[in-house]
Amino acid sequence: MTEHQGTPLVEAEGLRKVYQPSGFTAVDGIDFALAPGEAFGFLGPNGAGKSSTMRMISCVSPLSGGSLRVLGLDAATRGAEIRARIGVVPQEDTLDEELTVRENLLIYGRYFGLPRAVVRERADRLLEFARLTDKAGEQVSALSGGMKRRLTIARGLVNEPEILLLDEPTTGLDPQARHLLWERLYQLKSEGVSLILTTHYMDEAEQLCDRLVVMDGGRIVAGGTPRELIEAHAGREVLEIRVPPGEQAVTAEKLQGLADRLEPLPDRLLLYTEDGETALAGVHVRGIVPITALVRRAGLEDVFLTLTGRTLVD
Amino acid sequence: MATATVRPAAAPPAPHSGPPPALREFGYRLHRYRRTWRGTVVISVANPLLFLAAIGAGLGKLVDRGGSGYLHGGSYVAFFAPGLLAAMAMQTGYIEAAGPVFQAARPQGSYRAAAATSMEPTDILGGHLLFMAFRLALSATAFTAVVAAFGITGPLRALLLVPAATLTGMAFCAPVAAWSVTVTRQARLNGVFRFVLMPLYMFSGTFFSTDQLPGPLQGVVACTPLHQGIALCRSIVAGTATAGGSAMHTGYLAALVLMGWLAARRTFTRRLNG
Repeated sequence: MTEHQGTPLVEAEGLRKVYQPSGFTAVDGIDFALAPGEAFGFLGPNGAGKSSTMRMISCVSPLSGGSLRVLGLDAATRGAEIRARIGVVPQEDTLDEELTVRENLLIYGRYFGLPRAVVRERADRLLEFARLTDKAGEQVSALSGGMKRRLTIARGLVNEPEILLLDEPTTGLDPQARHLLWERLYQLKSEGVSLILTTHYMDEAEQLCDRLVVMDGGRIVAGGTPRELIEAHAGREVLEIRVPPGEQAVTAEKLQGLADRLEPLPDRLLLYTEDGETALAGVHVRGIVPITALVRRAGLEDVFLTLTGRTLVD
Repeated sequence: MATATVRPAAAPPAPHSGPPPALREFGYRLHRYRRTWRGTVVISVANPLLFLAAIGAGLGKLVDRGGSGYLHGGSYVAFFAPGLLAAMAMQTGYIEAAGPVFQAARPQGSYRAAAATSMEPTDILGGHLLFMAFRLALSATAFTAVVAAFGITGPLRALLLVPAATLTGMAFCAPVAAWSVTVTRQARLNGVFRFVLMPLYMFSGTFFSTDQLPGPLQGVVACTPLHQGIALCRSIVAGTATAGGSAMHTGYLAALVLMGWLAARRTFTRRLNG
């Protein structure tokens, strides 16, 4: 595991966001810090407060309470200076579909007040990075979802940011597009760009994040490296069994004591244990014949389930 | 495939200077307009000119033949042209400030992209309003050039008509932008066009003198921004402009621009940075 040292790039204490006039509390007093070179994730279901937190870090949404420092500057008063030094990849692509791929990069670079020659040179480099060089002259409306996402990431890098914020970077993409995008984000990481991302995909969080916090209902319910979280809240392995409808409760009763913890879901039973195969043997010994049985490594989905009693994707 | 690095080995700190932020938004709008200007010519210039030909010259002949005290001895087309110019400015102003602002403020809109950079919502507003003024001035210039070419007004008066029409259009742009940035349903934009803009177009003096309206209505109509714009443009064409009258019309329209701009600064900030 990488050790990240130095003054935090982002530091939040008691951060709150309350939307008016509804009074809805989206973020309810959270603390976190991003170290230089780190990839930090907010994991949680829709409505957990991840995007509201990202909008506050991006300085496009004022804080309702607490404190937030980004790059050593107060987010409440130094928004424009902070935005000049960070890159943002919002949930919605916000590209101009009527302009070309290259024009989108040029326009965005000009928003930062960068000279034309500088933006042109960076645009070429970023098009290559995003593997869009051969699409440079095409209208954005003709691009696939994955290409648009890569363009949005390239655009977020045009000001050579010290931190890149990615809000649900791969939502809605097919597996191939997701993997290509992850690969590009790895490259950024290896070049020392600090990343903050939100996701409700646990595989994405496990793949990309050095450290993450699990959010639910506007609060942080746990934090650590993916491995630490899994070990602390889910154990090593999970045995998933399906039994005929109506037999779930009886089966759960019979399985008591077989695993460290048993989680009944509407369609299956999850047994958290150090050794899934032994637990499966125990299931058979107790005279239970499941319709299907699967032993797998515990993941962040299990962490979330343990912490909140709910699945990430409802 | 070769791997492209995103950062040069020793990237110098970016000198984030360049043009004032509002001009960056204006630059973006202008760049975009290079692709879309052909479509706007039809609605902003061709349609008003067809109106001018059909109603001003065509129907105007019948009016002139009958004679009317309301025209003070002038031709109907000379009466109608400045009214139409002001109405066209209102319409162009509304079209520019309603749909594009509404679209840009949506979660996937261009304002959101700009707001994530070092731009402030007020910079975005300033640049977009500047572009609207540019569009109004361009349309007014094209229309006025034709009016002057047909001898309806002299070239010097035509020069004065352009800022007058632009101001009239901006008196709609600024308040409409302040409102449309808050709108979440596009149907509302169409509703205002049908039920506010069209009655203004019909009854503010574009086609006939408002002296013909019943007394109480005259007072109401005189307070509308389009009537003020028409009065200003018409006084320029007819050569009846007075310092006091022009100052009143201009002041009224400028006050609307100022109030609209102040309101828009608040609504833009609330919507984009809320």
